[in-house]
Amino acid sequence: MPLLSLREAIAGHVRDGQSIALEGFTHLIPFAAGHEIIRQGRRALHLIRMTPDLIHDQMIGMGCATQLTFSWGGNPGVGSLYRLRDAIERGWPQPLAIAEHTHAEMAVAYQAGASGLPCGLMRCYADTDLDRARGGRLARIACPFTGAALRAVPAITPDVTILHAQQVDREGNVLLRGIIGAAREAALAARCLLVTVEERVDRLAAPANAVVLPHWLISAVSVVPGGAHPSYAAGCYERDNRFYVEWDDIARQRERFQLWMQEHVLASADHAELLRRLRITA
Amino acid sequence: MTTAYNADEMMTVTAARQLRNGAVCFVGIGLPSAACNLARRTHAPDLVLIYESGTVGTRPQVLPLSIGDGELAATATCVVSLPEVFAHYLQRGRVDVGFLSAAQIDGYGNLNSTVIGDYARPTVRLPGSGGAPDIAACAREVLIIMKQSPRSFVARLDFMTSCGYLGGTGERRRAGFPGAGPRAVITDFGILRPDAVTEELQLVAIYPGATVDAARAATGWPLRVAPTLETLPAPDPADLAVLRELQAATQAAHARALRIDLPRPAQT
Repeated sequence: MPLLSLREAIAGHVRDGQSIALEGFTHLIPFAAGHEIIRQGRRALHLIRMTPDLIHDQMIGMGCATQLTFSWGGNPGVGSLYRLRDAIERGWPQPLAIAEHTHAEMAVAYQAGASGLPCGLMRCYADTDLDRARGGRLARIACPFTGAALRAVPAITPDVTILHAQQVDREGNVLLRGIIGAAREAALAARCLLVTVEERVDRLAAPANAVVLPHWLISAVSVVPGGAHPSYAAGCYERDNRFYVEWDDIARQRERFQLWMQEHVLASADHAELLRRLRITA
Repeated sequence: MTTAYNADEMMTVTAARQLRNGAVCFVGIGLPSAACNLARRTHAPDLVLIYESGTVGTRPQVLPLSIGDGELAATATCVVSLPEVFAHYLQRGRVDVGFLSAAQIDGYGNLNSTVIGDYARPTVRLPGSGGAPDIAACAREVLIIMKQSPRSFVARLDFMTSCGYLGGTGERRRAGFPGAGPRAVITDFGILRPDAVTEELQLVAIYPGATVDAARAATGWPLRVAPTLETLPAPDPADLAVLRELQAATQAAHARALRIDLPRPAQT
């Protein structure tokens, strides 16, 4: 498990055209890593995430992505992700092909991927319009034992999963605390796992059943304090709800969005500089 | 405190009153979350709230902006993973009430939160499914809270994201859904409930000062009215006071500027 700068980790492991899952459910969203992907100008990515967040609005608006697999795409409690909408509704800056699921389906798909299964199963009732719209990408099957109606959801196996976490220890083991969403499943489903962390410690303060990712699963760890901002890291800093509200105005118009990205993300060499620019840190 | 109130407050107080103490409730963000937390702070202190972020038995002091705010985790009985909350709690049948909202509803309680217009070339792309389809399917019963207007209460959905009673008259039951479907739709005019036979939503209760004509004008299908239409009482001043306190605390919390004191400079 090499400890790399985030720039080295992205340059070494994320390539154009790959499928990339940035997970963390509202909490521990790897914003710094997404920004570095934008700075390095990755293209034609297939982004995977249950709840595409502001960082996905940014990557899509900056032209990094041509595909999106997701289950809920909005600004939580605020409204739309306008760059995501612009891509789907008007193909700007380029068309975005979508593969859409429910949360429960996507959780099952990650779990199947993490378990080495080709598909996962869940109960199935009447078809919704989503079932009709995606025409056969999910299949209805009968339980071989009871005959119960089941839905088979194909496994999700990202080329690269990127997570943010609280701590890494000397050996390179990583600890996640708080809301974990499907982060562990996304990590174990991936071919390559990159992690950014708040801090490096000698020993993880981890009880026996804590969510710890052993060092030998991880391709690279980068220490990026504040790396989940404006999302949050429990025990380190809170969610920047004010920024989520402000994003609604920033992202609404293409020109203002591009200017904001230029003056903040692209103008900053790294995440530490971005946080200073946003006056989040001193 | 003034006892004057607006339609939003009336709606939230009425929705909160639909929740019985001790029920296990899977909560959607926004209006449902406000109603559930009002219920928990008033008549239903033992209401168990589950948010799809995996926070089980949470007791937030301020309303969360997102379903994953730290406040929800910090005040929860336990925090489980997403696969767990959807499989072990929801699909396994451990949720009494699913509390939802949506962009569109039809006369049989089916919901749209996906698109306005055509799916492939939508006029408005909405956030999508999230947890709603599975909550609507698996919760023992469903409550829906939505403002009533001809654009949101429609004869035909642009897209059916989550199933209510489908075409009515038992179609949902025959499809084998474990949950019974929408028990009530709470709007800014009153309460709609499914007819016992056809399962079509009809107006069963109305707020003081609201009229049937206005409710009909705000509905995109010919809205039926129950033979005995109840007039609901004005909101209890104590409930109103708790709701306003909760909303004021929430506003202050969401407007606070964030500062991060980093433990040490970035290492590489």
